[in-house]
Amino acid sequence: MINLTIDGIQVSVPKGSTILQAAAQAGIRIPTLCWHPDQAVKANCRICVCEVEGNRLLQAACSTPVTDGMVVKTKTPKVIEARTMILELILANHPQDCLNCIRNQNCELQDLAAEYFIRDNPFENKTRGYELDRSTPSIVRDQNKCVLCRRCIDACSVTQSVYALGLENRGVSSMVVPTLGEPLIESPCVMCGQCIHACPVGAIYENEQIDELLAAIADPDKVVVTQIAPAVRVALGEEIGMKTGDLPMEVLVNGLRQVGFDYVLHTNFTADLTIIEEGNELLKRLKEGGTLPMFTSCSPGWINFCETFYPDLIDNLSTCKSPQQMFGALVKTYWAEKMNIDPGNIYSVSIMPCTAKKYEASRPEMCDSGYRDVDLVLTTREIGRLFRMSGIDFSKLAPSQFDPWMGQYTGAAVIFGATGGVMEAALRTVYEIVTEQELQDVNFRMVRGMEGIKEAEVDLNGTVVKVAVAHGLSNARKVMDQVRAGQCDYHFIEIMACPGGCIGGGGQPITKANAKRAERIDAIYIEDEGLPIRKSHNNPEVKMIYNELLHEPLGYKSHELLHTHYQFKNKKYL
Amino acid sequence: MAEEQRIVLRNYGKIDPLKIDDYIAQNGYKSLEKARAMDPKAVIDEVKKSNLRGRGGAGFNCGQKWSFAYQAQADEKYVVCNADEGEPGTYKDRLIMENDPHTLFEGMAICAHAIGAKKGYIYCRGEYPYIVEILKTAISQAKEKGVLGDFDIEVRSGAGAYVCGEETALIESLEGKRGEPRFKPPYPPSEGLWGKPTIVNNVETFANIPVIMDKGAEWFAAIGVPSYPGTKVVTLTGDVNNRTFFEVPTHTTIREVIYKLGGGTPGGKKFKAVQIGGTSGAFIPESQLDTPIAFDNMSAIGATLGSGAVFVLDETREIVDTVTRITGFFEHESCGKCAPCREGTARCAELMEKINAGLGSQKDLNLLEKLGRVMTYSCLCGLGQAAPTPALSTIKHFRADYEAKFI
Ligand SMILES: Cc1cc2nc3c(=O)[nH]c(=O)nc-3n(C[C@H](O)[C@H](O)[C@H](O)COP(=O)(O)O)c2cc1C
Ligand code: SF4
Ligand code: SF4
Ligand code: SF4
Ligand code: SF4
Ligand code: FES
Repeated sequence: MINLTIDGIQVSVPKGSTILQAAAQAGIRIPTLCWHPDQAVKANCRICVCEVEGNRLLQAACSTPVTDGMVVKTKTPKVIEARTMILELILANHPQDCLNCIRNQNCELQDLAAEYFIRDNPFENKTRGYELDRSTPSIVRDQNKCVLCRRCIDACSVTQSVYALGLENRGVSSMVVPTLGEPLIESPCVMCGQCIHACPVGAIYENEQIDELLAAIADPDKVVVTQIAPAVRVALGEEIGMKTGDLPMEVLVNGLRQVGFDYVLHTNFTADLTIIEEGNELLKRLKEGGTLPMFTSCSPGWINFCETFYPDLIDNLSTCKSPQQMFGALVKTYWAEKMNIDPGNIYSVSIMPCTAKKYEASRPEMCDSGYRDVDLVLTTREIGRLFRMSGIDFSKLAPSQFDPWMGQYTGAAVIFGATGGVMEAALRTVYEIVTEQELQDVNFRMVRGMEGIKEAEVDLNGTVVKVAVAHGLSNARKVMDQVRAGQCDYHFIEIMACPGGCIGGGGQPITKANAKRAERIDAIYIEDEGLPIRKSHNNPEVKMIYNELLHEPLGYKSHELLHTHYQFKNKKYL
Repeated sequence: MAEEQRIVLRNYGKIDPLKIDDYIAQNGYKSLEKARAMDPKAVIDEVKKSNLRGRGGAGFNCGQKWSFAYQAQADEKYVVCNADEGEPGTYKDRLIMENDPHTLFEGMAICAHAIGAKKGYIYCRGEYPYIVEILKTAISQAKEKGVLGDFDIEVRSGAGAYVCGEETALIESLEGKRGEPRFKPPYPPSEGLWGKPTIVNNVETFANIPVIMDKGAEWFAAIGVPSYPGTKVVTLTGDVNNRTFFEVPTHTTIREVIYKLGGGTPGGKKFKAVQIGGTSGAFIPESQLDTPIAFDNMSAIGATLGSGAVFVLDETREIVDTVTRITGFFEHESCGKCAPCREGTARCAELMEKINAGLGSQKDLNLLEKLGRVMTYSCLCGLGQAAPTPALSTIKHFRADYEAKFI
């Protein structure tokens, strides 16, 4: 242990700790901007500088390791002068635009400016005049607001191994740019939105489309139908001042009605359906010697990644559409017919934790219903904004039920939101199909949790199925490299693009730390535990759709509406 | 009495740099032989005892630096020579490499023996392609002769950015990355190139080593100022009669360098100021000219020895205008990694331009001083820390020149 003094307080911390960590233990918060709890230290903003006795220079708390007998002072006049001036410098090169900014009240720079009560900036405000990059349907980049902390680069390269972002130029002309300085759409970006979470300010954000929803609601001819993804509920409460997981599903449903949706349905319904289709696809491949290992296909960020970096493994992808797109294809066919609504009037909105889903919905092939299957994708954050605007006190709002035919779901669908969830849900069903016995303990704990790559073996009446689960694309890359090299004997692999799975998706409430992702995962499993039905094949509405429309898994109708094909994304610079 | 004393330039003009036999005839590679017969620890102790301090600007004790790399446990260690020499007005490293490349190799090989390295790199300034050729030829001769033993030296051409002279930026550049400084600690002797213990020394530093090994630490330690013993190569530019280089013992004063060796200012014009150490050096007024050109003596007057560049300004020069141009240089050379330097160098330039154009006021000068002060102790690397020095030193010594420019 290392003993040191911070602002007169004695602390003892493990060797290798930084001043920042030691100060936290002493109960002192040192301001930071480039520091990120789950990333490598960058030490480039210099906001965290402190005085260390015996040093002429101030030391960055985030990068400086403690030494025995060190005497640190975190708020001397010299320190405050430096921090204030650094902030003034950054702010003077930042648009004075907080009122219009998507990150207003949720911005690390704004917080710092308030903490150090920056009033009359002595430096003249200059803005850089860069054009916004709106080239993708998912992500908007506004480099005028960039403080060059480089956290997005870390997220994209280290966490996601996509390397779509890099630096160009130097000095004040430095900027973060997609590959070779071209628009993001030309880069290998998979639109996962992890860079959004990493960004402390409003320099990267979702393509916000709330206005399009409001226009549809205002249109009397349109029947506005929504589906809501399993990962949304646990996090949405965070946007309206609730604790993670505390917003009850039925209250959320009523909230959606209150803001103007005509029908509220659930993506969980098609998540259960996915399990039936995908589970049977796996069994078919196992039986008939199809391409193995089979990869899950419900994460469009992952699909983009596979199409871009592993085109040779596209045949390993399950042909199942994501639950969002299955839902889209069914709502304008099956559901429209049952409800006797002209599908041409249906405006299908999905509420997703995901930025990549905005892109997925815009894929030209996603119109098997004869219309665009999903008209609009809104993220959890966008719905959060709508809820705040609604003025509703959610603690007082009465519960309400999902609308029929595509609103029922099981615990197996709920856990789709967490890494390992699709795998666990599939195992619950596949086990029973193969063994024709009831699964007693539905919990497959070995595939749960935040560990990057998880493995398990499941004995199905003598047939051992080997499975792997990876989340975060750098973990996916490790597994894919093994598959490509023929070095593993997995049968089934679940991949989620986002760390933690969809609960950590690019459209979720801004999540700096992985610890928050873990909290949401806990909330997901609590929800699963509390549901009466926890196996997808026991979902009554799913049974009904097989009776009435699909007749059998992987049948003719399924292929028409629920399955698709993927193709090589030829990016110029790979 | 100011006199030249040639240690690092001892073979200057005496040998053909492209003939290794010439070097060997001057006792070349004898020191390496001697060092290799010694225990690495003893070599380091000898260098420590000589009190040789880095000639690249930071003035760190050379032997002590080596001992850190010696102590570090690793399967691989590296010796890197900093020959980036990006400082305008400085060409001392070029002189050494151009005229006596083997003295540099010998110094590096002794270091390699001392710390346990097998591989060396010379990171040579991009604008010196012909020097790269000389070095490569000389290395192949040394290999042919087998004098370097199992120590391998590779020459790399620099990326052309001033900041790449900073040792960790240099390492990043060697690794093929964007040339940007790393935060320290960890320092290169514990984690440097490819994360391995690495010694980065300046060309002039290495060039001293063979002589120290030959003549002994005590002999060396007795030359010049005890806290910074030995000699320093100075390069004279600007308003001075002899615009050339000299190698002088470190007790030589600035006045002696300018007047005795440099022959004073030309055309009978009066001396105004001298900037020592390169672009980021302080401007020194007449009253401080009796300072020896040694590290601590310079620090004591708020200046730096830096690379040993001596840029003389006579009375006809506009201080404010000169400093304005320098701030523009730093705005351009900031790598942009850390906020106070990236934004600060641009604001320094902006404020200086405003003042220089006659549009400034006391308020601007105060802001510039405060900004400069914050940059000196907040920036990530030496570039940003030193960038405000020209402005701060001239505000201190030549304030009237600024005030004369106010609205
Ligand atoms: C901006 C900047 C530029 C530098 N340029 C050089 C250079 O061109 N040559 C050099 O030897 N040292 C340069 N240095 C100093 C190096 O970082 C380092 O201290 C030196 O190479 C160590 O060698 P020494 O101990 O032999 O002096 C520079 C430092 C900074 C901050
Ligand atoms: S959306 Fe994902 S892939 Fe695209 S730039 Fe951001 S982190 Fe990289
Ligand atoms: S875009 Fe955001 S995360 Fe990326 S460097 Fe700029 S401020 Fe940092
Ligand atoms: S893991 Fe979920 S949120 Fe992330 S890209 Fe995939 S579907 Fe979207
Ligand atoms: S001080 Fe300047 S040159 Fe050094 S790291 Fe910071 S921005 Fe780069
Ligand atoms: S938080 Fe330490 S330098 Fe940015």
